[in-house]
Amino acid sequence: MRKVEVITQILNANDLTAQENRALLKKHCILAVNLMASPGAGKTSLILQTAKALAGRVRLGVIEGDVASRIDADKVASADIPVIQINTGGECHLDALTVQKALEALPLHEIDILFIENVGNLICPVEFQLGEEVRVVVASVPEGDDKPYKYPAIFTAVNAAVLNKIDLAPYVDFKLDAMRQGISRLNPKAQIFELSCRTGQGLSQWTDWLESLRRTG
Amino acid sequence: MHELPVTEQLLNIVLEHANQADAERVLKINVVIGDLTHFNGESIQFYLDILSKGTKAERASLLISRVPARVRCKSCGNEFTPKETDWVCPRCSGFIDEVISGRECYVESIEVE
Repeated sequence: MRKVEVITQILNANDLTAQENRALLKKHCILAVNLMASPGAGKTSLILQTAKALAGRVRLGVIEGDVASRIDADKVASADIPVIQINTGGECHLDALTVQKALEALPLHEIDILFIENVGNLICPVEFQLGEEVRVVVASVPEGDDKPYKYPAIFTAVNAAVLNKIDLAPYVDFKLDAMRQGISRLNPKAQIFELSCRTGQGLSQWTDWLESLRRTG
Repeated sequence: MHELPVTEQLLNIVLEHANQADAERVLKINVVIGDLTHFNGESIQFYLDILSKGTKAERASLLISRVPARVRCKSCGNEFTPKETDWVCPRCSGFIDEVISGRECYVESIEVE
């Protein structure tokens, strides 16, 4: 028996494809945002409200990831935003290869910010680089203030946490301080945005941040 | 269920290196996985047993070395293993600056004949 040294990242193939995606996006000066959240947190609503707020200034593109259906892609397309739907058929996350195929089908020269809406899941998506520049987790008030404590890894691996449905806070048992503290104690560098896609409250801070990233990127 | 595609990639890496080394059979696969990743060793072994059938790595045993999470405090520089849901420095209550280890996920070596 002999030992053969390997030292190769298990996700090497995915990471290499992610690097290719990153290079392609950079060539087209596109800011790519990987949006991760549990199902129903409001990822698609955030994309649609962001598009409205930035209309005329920033051109969006969207990649939608879901296990099944075109529901989200149809919503985005009806707002005249270029969109590709990926159906993973059971996989719990998007990977770099599926995103690469979607990029081939998008009009990249007409896009400034690309939202990649991951499969609704707070666990697996964080392990798979897609080629994004920015990672964002969306959490929502009805889910509870305990998400950073129950799913810590995703909160440690993002540039920003969006807390959506903030208008519902008076109606449910939700401790905003506990949520903020949970995020900051895991990841003090993460920006925290408290907003409501339904009322528009807090949305401008989020869109200002995105625009500032575009300028510095 | 993301261990399935992960195990496929793991097996590809193992077989590639076994072929390069002109090995007939892979007996053992040594993998390093950090505590901050979401990879479940039992699931990987389960999928490996299925996927490796008929390959050089059939019946190879998987040895997983876990790497504990280590982070560094921004305020005092203390390096510590954070509690699962609270990464504040136990010495000075400062926030963390960076993750030093715990995100590893690689094939370290294989044992072949």
